[in-house]
Amino acid sequence: MPKPDIGMGGQCVKDTQWMRKNHMHLLKHQREESVRKGIRDEQVSLKNCVECHASKSDNSVVAREDSFCVACHRYEAVSIDCFECHASKRKVAFAGKDEK
Amino acid sequence: MSDINSQRRQFMKTSMGVAAIAIAPGMLLYGTSHGKSEGASSKVRWGMLIDTTQCTQGCTDCVSACNKENGLSGGTKSTDSQWIRKIEIKDISNGLVSSLPMMCQHCEHPPCVDVCPTQASFKRADGIVLVDRHRCIGCRYCMMACPYKARSFVHEPLENQNPDVPRGKGTVEACSFCVQRIDKGQIPACAEACQNKAILFGDLNDANSEIYKKVRSVASDHIRADLQLNPGIRYQGL
Repeated sequence: MPKPDIGMGGQCVKDTQWMRKNHMHLLKHQREESVRKGIRDEQVSLKNCVECHASKSDNSVVAREDSFCVACHRYEAVSIDCFECHASKRKVAFAGKDEK
Repeated sequence: MSDINSQRRQFMKTSMGVAAIAIAPGMLLYGTSHGKSEGASSKVRWGMLIDTTQCTQGCTDCVSACNKENGLSGGTKSTDSQWIRKIEIKDISNGLVSSLPMMCQHCEHPPCVDVCPTQASFKRADGIVLVDRHRCIGCRYCMMACPYKARSFVHEPLENQNPDVPRGKGTVEACSFCVQRIDKGQIPACAEACQNKAILFGDLNDANSEIYKKVRSVASDHIRADLQLNPGIRYQGL
């Protein structure tokens, strides 16, 4: 069984088991709501998922084999397209790099 | 899907409860669904009034601010994304040169939305024209349709995107009026960066806003007004 690095962890939306099974529905629903209607629900935004669940060591949810998203997705052989566009690191990882 | 439906049901239930004691239930439903956290309101029409007499030739502060805010490379090749660019136009009868920023004009009747085969190009309720990259297939019809050449295509894989501004290869993008800032109550980065305050941003429908008053007191025009697209951006002094 995969053992993901859960970052800060904790529970804010629903319990762990429910989230394992249904997080993709929340993300898909939310992307329609926030992009097209401008409803920005902080609790179920992908950015905020990353804020808490990114690894404490490298601030990322996809950088390593056991990163939060990668661990299970690799085990289940489901590719993740989210981070082709979305940032996979928490915001502090971007501080300081904007002066160029 | 089932949990989404149950949420909606919950919302309908609570709304109906309140509506039952109101005189005009329809109005109340409408009213409650347009709070701050409830998304873009169709009562708002975001727009800009750009004073070209205050726009300095050679100054690119608005462009730099846009690049920084949205994580663009700042390159100006035909394959680089440019959400805003400075152009100069010359009146051939007297040689007068005007400098102005050109970007997505956020049309009321946007041709990019008309031609999009997947409805990825869309106009938000508050008049901001956006690309939903979840649906964009990269066909670039919108780039051909836009009379302002406002859109760019992302040709190469990107990394280290700004967490507030997701962008990716194979999709079209353009000025979003800094929608991530507007939704936080801020103004677009270019308007904030302009030292001469040449870019006035605001709600064209709000009678108390500065832009509402200025549009009604100073002569200004749309670019390519003959196309009757009614852009949200007006230029003054051309």
